Amino acid sequence: MFEFFRSLFNPGPPSGATAKERLRLVLLSDHLSLAPDVIDAMKRDLLDVLSRYVEIDVAHADVTFEHRETEVAMLASVPITGVRDRKPPVAPPTVPLVPVAVATPPVAPRETPAEIGPPAEAAAKPVAGAAPGAGANGRPRRRRRKKSAGGPKQPTQTTLGASGIAASQA
Amino acid sequence: MLRAFDASENGVAASETAAAPLAATARGRAIVITSGKGGVGKTTTTANVGAALAALGKRVVLIDADVGLRNLDVVLGLESRIKYHLLDVLEEKCTLDEALVRDKRSESLYLLAAAQTREKEDVVTAQMKALVERLCDLFEFVLIDCPAGIEMGFKNAVAGAHHAIVVCTPEVSSVRDADRVVGLLPGDWRPELIVNRLRPHLVQKGKMLSVDDVNGILRLPLLGVIADEPGVIVATNKGEPLALDPASETGAAYRAIAAKLAGHDVPAPTVRPANNGFFSKLGALFGGRA
Amino acid sequence: MVGRRIVVTSGKGGVGKTTTTANVGAALAKRGKRVVLVDTDIGLRNLDLVLGVEKRIVFDLVEVIEGRCQLRQALIRDKRFESLSILPAAQTREKEAVGEEQLARVIAELAESADFVLIDCPAGIEHGFRTAIAGAKEAIVVTTPEVSAIRDADRVVGKLTDAKIPLRLIINRIRPDMIKSGDMMSVEDVCEVLSAELLGTVPDDEEVIDTTNRGEPIALDESKRLAAVYDKIARRLEGELVPFTNFEPAGFFGRLMTLWKVG
Repeated sequence: MFEFFRSLFNPGPPSGATAKERLRLVLLSDHLSLAPDVIDAMKRDLLDVLSRYVEIDVAHADVTFEHRETEVAMLASVPITGVRDRKPPVAPPTVPLVPVAVATPPVAPRETPAEIGPPAEAAAKPVAGAAPGAGANGRPRRRRRKKSAGGPKQPTQTTLGASGIAASQA
Repeated sequence: MLRAFDASENGVAASETAAAPLAATARGRAIVITSGKGGVGKTTTTANVGAALAALGKRVVLIDADVGLRNLDVVLGLESRIKYHLLDVLEEKCTLDEALVRDKRSESLYLLAAAQTREKEDVVTAQMKALVERLCDLFEFVLIDCPAGIEMGFKNAVAGAHHAIVVCTPEVSSVRDADRVVGLLPGDWRPELIVNRLRPHLVQKGKMLSVDDVNGILRLPLLGVIADEPGVIVATNKGEPLALDPASETGAAYRAIAAKLAGHDVPAPTVRPANNGFFSKLGALFGGRA
Repeated sequence: MVGRRIVVTSGKGGVGKTTTTANVGAALAKRGKRVVLVDTDIGLRNLDLVLGVEKRIVFDLVEVIEGRCQLRQALIRDKRFESLSILPAAQTREKEAVGEEQLARVIAELAESADFVLIDCPAGIEHGFRTAIAGAKEAIVVTTPEVSAIRDADRVVGKLTDAKIPLRLIINRIRPDMIKSGDMMSVEDVCEVLSAELLGTVPDDEEVIDTTNRGEPIALDESKRLAAVYDKIARRLEGELVPFTNFEPAGFFGRLMTLWKVG
């Protein structure tokens, strides 16, 4: 009886809506970790962009995903091994630049840090729904994911908020 | 190598032949009924859709691929008639004709039961594929009841099929598993969805995912929607598929699904809003949400 | 004192193994026990969803077994009860990634600092099942009073008996109205068919769907009648002799009273 009145005054969100939201996030996470080709493509593009500004250790770059309250975030750990001598080509900014603290490694005597390029552009683009190598139904194919080996030397933490794969959103 | 089926070889009269080859132009459709999650209604769906297709005059064979945990025979009420099973056929311990059990009620519905005391890993995928291909020469519909999970049993059930029906209930675990399964099916397939065990009164209260919620996530062509009904339990108890009960709403839903599969024009699936009679109205009077 | 290692299994899928594991575990933790719940359904994990910890998974069982992380790093401590932890399954792998001996070692390690380790077993009787029972010293077999479920439970009872694992039965989703009308097997019928000792009976309750939607085990909600049911099961597991509830079908007045619990 008390519960009846309590439910009147403090209903809370209906659990169907909660279920839907939780499912959306969980599937996003499932899809991301189940689609290594998406992760590979993201990593390649990301490293490509970063390498326009700084020299990076591609072999030890790592990409992971972290669950947060209402989103899944992509965390990229990219060792920076040097800086480029010349300015990189200026690409029109598609997203607001996020300043990132870059820990530059100690340079060898013959190298002088001539110019430090602009901060690495945070690629905060939402992840595309249809991944390269997707099946005809647009769903990424599932394969075993190979973990990248090794630890970074001087990692740069770039936190990217991936707000969601469009395919998973209702 | 599967022996070619030949009724005359076994001295079986033509009228009792389990299957006569289809006309040269017609080739059966092999459909696997799968879900990932167990207990959502794959076997019930296989039995009922099969029975409904047979009632439409189609020649149908049902394969129980749940080796070790067979249940399709029970749902059809044929458990006492099983002499041979799928592995016996694959291992050539009997002919196909000997293993196929004809339904009690329908002349054009047959069952190939699973083995009960063997393991799913005993099925050789290539042999399963060959068997399904062979059955497509003999039947218009080959429905394969897939076991729960995504292991060898699932892979064997999918092998040789051309199409999939994914059965899902409006519950988080089921939707998640269905999503996983869809990702594991061949990429060029367009699996269809059946939403089973919907409880409209819970959906209305917001306490259960709606069909739109489910399919907003899975995004598959919707083949059918079936409301939860205690009659299903009773039907399994009796071994009488509801598809053959003209008074059953669940049966009607399965018949509509069968009609759609058979290529008939069928209106989009709907489920009537909750109308549980006197007590729910009484409940509404006392402030409960109807 | 090493904790008890109990596998929760069924054969048939969808009868409530994961729900049972989550709720019995929660009920035990509520009673102050140190409980670890292990999801062994590699590839189709759901224990995390039922407990509402899906967003907090960092490492999983397979990564523990492959030595890519420490066991304690993979354990997720429940926010509601300090003494309840969950070891999630991997979602991206297949069941063959975990071997029987490997899981048995993990379970044994967990049992060193827990009172109860409950192992959520996948459906079926294949590799996943064999692996899950390899780590267990006792079993809870979950079934519903339906033909298919009982048939599959029977196979599982056989396999557990062969493996010399003592077992007790939980009969889930009982519908007293259907038992009364003869449309469903009674508790006694089920126990007789399976020749198994009864641990508990759980009535069918729509509220479970709602609580699973939220990721909040119903055992933790005192206002829900199933909380008392799971509490009794927890007490029986601990050795207490608790009488079984005879769930009577609701008569007119019973239904009238339940109307007040709407919402």
